[in-house]
Amino acid sequence: MRNAFAAELAELASKDTRIVLLSGDIGNRLFDVYKERFAERFFNCGVAEANMTGIAAGMALCGLRPITYTITPFNTIRCLEQIKIDICYHNLPVTIVGVGSGLSYAGLGVTHHSCEDIAFLRALPRMTVICPGDALEVRQALRAALSHEGPVFLRLGKKNEPVVHKQAFNFQIGKAIMVRPGTQVCLLSTGNMLPVAVQAAEELGRQGISAAVASFHTVKPLDEEFLLNTFAQFKAVVTVEEHSIIGGFGSSIAEWQIDHGPQAARLCRVGTADEFLHEAGGQDYARQYFNLTTDSIAKKVRRFLEAPIA
Amino acid sequence: MHSQCLNPDRRTTMGLPELESIARRIRGKLVEMSHKSKAPHLGSSLSCVDILVAAYWAVLRIDPQKPGDPQRDRFILSKGHAASVLFASLAYRGFFPVELLDSYAQPGSCLAEHPGPACAPGVEAATGSLGHGLPLGLGMALAGRLQGLSYRVFALLSDGECNEGSVWEAAMFAPAKGLENIAVIVDFNGWQATGRSREIMALEPLREKWQSFGWNACEVDGHDLEQLVSVMQRVPDGSGKPIAIVAHTVKGKGVSFMEDDNNWHYRIPTQDEVRLAHLELGLL
Repeated sequence: MRNAFAAELAELASKDTRIVLLSGDIGNRLFDVYKERFAERFFNCGVAEANMTGIAAGMALCGLRPITYTITPFNTIRCLEQIKIDICYHNLPVTIVGVGSGLSYAGLGVTHHSCEDIAFLRALPRMTVICPGDALEVRQALRAALSHEGPVFLRLGKKNEPVVHKQAFNFQIGKAIMVRPGTQVCLLSTGNMLPVAVQAAEELGRQGISAAVASFHTVKPLDEEFLLNTFAQFKAVVTVEEHSIIGGFGSSIAEWQIDHGPQAARLCRVGTADEFLHEAGGQDYARQYFNLTTDSIAKKVRRFLEAPIA
Repeated sequence: MHSQCLNPDRRTTMGLPELESIARRIRGKLVEMSHKSKAPHLGSSLSCVDILVAAYWAVLRIDPQKPGDPQRDRFILSKGHAASVLFASLAYRGFFPVELLDSYAQPGSCLAEHPGPACAPGVEAATGSLGHGLPLGLGMALAGRLQGLSYRVFALLSDGECNEGSVWEAAMFAPAKGLENIAVIVDFNGWQATGRSREIMALEPLREKWQSFGWNACEVDGHDLEQLVSVMQRVPDGSGKPIAIVAHTVKGKGVSFMEDDNNWHYRIPTQDEVRLAHLELGLL
């Protein structure tokens, strides 16, 4: 995802001179092309994310389109108040790009895990939260974010994630994309879990359960029309995210469900548990630990469908 | 004071006695606004009146008729709790009617106890949480440089505000990028909300701190309008460095029974105290 981001950014910056990239001392070599072409529009802001966020807001107040970029925990919850006051309160077109979201950089430890950021950022008025499902969505999401008249949080994974979309698709902020048809259960996946959600649906298919998958890239604002249809059509809806089940995508769908009266479908949430992972191990290990693998998701969905309705 | 005679670079052409008279009238207004609204932070506002008068009447290249002019100098009240002095200065300088000040901190008013975003013409940024104004100012200064505009940015901080880490993040950033179209002014009245600032955090030596962070730092009497104007007019000073002005001030300045008494961080003046203050300020 991050390579797609860097490539798309260089392309967009050539067309829009308002685009400025602020980096929190990260992205070694990643932005070489951008820096070579737009040296005057690149600022390494050092390991000082509160200041970087304020600078971005100051620039946006003067008509620029800044991006803050670093590892997700550092330009989100570390400087949450700067995001709230400097960016959201002023309603400024700043794009916060967090890389290594969820458990992408699990091996670096809990300091680099980011399983709370959606909860915090979606609580901020005016904030748009986008979690692209693959590299192709990253490119389109960035394009949409930079032409959006307000704050956007773009939640990226790492690099070399599988590309899910096999054909052209229409990307719009707040519009979910159906990526796999199905009839019994619909998996709503946000962010970098999309490839796993698709594999889980395929596994369910082999077990005789027809599972649809949608890339629900925009967590805020929610695609309400899509939700109304989905909760009416399916027996069960399952949210899938590499984020805590507290406050994240699944929570936002649960809130929506409560607010919109009785729905035909039951809701099940898949995400990380309310705990820190104290052990070493990369993203694959961390996903096993939190039951975010293909098999564990398929198993959870099957059991959910089989469980009697109280 | 509504219609100012503007010289070509859009600063007013007022003499010292006129500036001092404006400062007295603003101080009187602030005491009245605090009494009427029951809004605190009067001591903090009185402390920086002269700094705002110097800025708005003698230094800033601004036009009250064009508050959104991309070329304008920017003044950020980073110590947002002194909102009343910002609002009064903008009103007396002609950005909006003085009568609007009567609504200060009243339910439904656009003028709240801390400035909101674009809450009134001339307000550059929403502030109130400390440590935000300087980073915002750096972004504005960089934007000016990128867009080839020669405006300057002034950020007014309180000494208590210098407790915030983000101030020092910003302090390290500006010299590294050779930003010279920005100045920080610290309203150094020696007090923060609940105590002497030097006893709460090791703030001093403050000028030397800014200097060692790469700023051209100086100290002035923050109530000497001539000094203030002279030092603020030197931005940028041609050295390629940002400028830090440590302005020594007295909290509650201008009203004898409020001066250097930190109770006036929160205390609200009574009707009698308003009258006494106005008497001392020569307004009655």
